[in-house]
Amino acid sequence: MKVTVLVRPRDGILDPQGEAVRRSLAGLGYPAADVRAGKVFDLDVDADDAEGARRIADEIAGKVLSNPLIEQYQVEVAG
Amino acid sequence: MRVGVVSYPGACDDRDAMHAVALMGAEPVRLWHAEPDLGGVDAVIIPGGFSYGDYLRPGALAALSPVMRGVRDHAGVGRPVLGICNGFQVLTEAGLVPGVLRPNASLKFRCHDVALTIERESPWLPGRSEGDELTIPMKHHDGCWFADAAQVAELEARGQVLLRYRENPNGSVGSIACVTNAEGNVAALMPHPEHAVEQLVGSTDGRVLLQGLLDLAGVAAPA
Repeated sequence: MKVTVLVRPRDGILDPQGEAVRRSLAGLGYPAADVRAGKVFDLDVDADDAEGARRIADEIAGKVLSNPLIEQYQVEVAG
Repeated sequence: MRVGVVSYPGACDDRDAMHAVALMGAEPVRLWHAEPDLGGVDAVIIPGGFSYGDYLRPGALAALSPVMRGVRDHAGVGRPVLGICNGFQVLTEAGLVPGVLRPNASLKFRCHDVALTIERESPWLPGRSEGDELTIPMKHHDGCWFADAAQVAELEARGQVLLRYRENPNGSVGSIACVTNAEGNVAALMPHPEHAVEQLVGSTDGRVLLQGLLDLAGVAAPA
C-alpha cells in the first residue's frame, strides 16, 4: 500500500535552509515571504488495509523519519 | 584500561580517537557498528564523521545500529561514553543525551579552533575550574544544538551543561557546546578533543576531556 510521509520543521523552529531559499527567491524578484523546507518519503507498506498502513507509517514517521524535537510529520495513504 | 572507539561506515575520526586514547596511556579497541557486543570495554568514544552518510538526519541511522544496543547497555550501568561531533549527533538521536543538532545557523561548514568556557567543575574536566577556558578545534556543518526553553532551563538547573562557546560559531541555544545525560556518565560535544592532544598541532586541551573519560571509567564498576 502506497503511503507518503511529509516531514516539516516544527512551527517556530528556525529553518536556515528555507531561509536561504527565500533569500534567493527574493533575489530573483519572486514575492515569497516565507519558505520552509521539508522532506517527502514515499513508502510501499505491506498492510491489509488503509488503516493498517496508516498505523505502520505513523509509527515509522514518529520513530525514525522525523525528530519530534524539531520536526512534525503528516501521513497520507493513497486511496 | 580499554577504551572502545566505534567505527561506522563514513566515520573519519575513529583513528584519531584511537591514537589519542593510546597517547593517554589507555588501550584503544575498535568497535564495529554491526556488532552489539562491546567486549567488556571500560569506556566508549563515539567519534566524528558522517555515519551512514548522515542520510535522513546526522546520526539518525547510526543511532539505530546494532552497536548502539551495546552502548546503551554500557551507559545504562553507569560506564562512561563520550560523543564527539557526529558522535554527539548519534547520542542525541539515540536519546542518550538531550537535544538535537541542526544545520549551523550560517549554513556554512566551520573549521577552526574554538574557545570553550567551563561552566562548572565536573569529573569530565579534571583539574579545571568554573570559568577556565579550553581551546579545541571544531569542524562541522550540523552543530547547532537545540532544545526548547523549558528543557534548557532544566538542564542548566541540573548541571548538565559543561561547556559553552565563548563566541557562538553555529547558533547553538545558549551557546551550549557540551551537555551530559542526567546521570552524568554520558557527555557529548561538537569540538574535537581527540584533535587537541599534541602541542605539535596547536593545543593539548583535548586531553582534559579524555582524562575525564578515563577517570570516570576508573570510578565505574569494573567489567
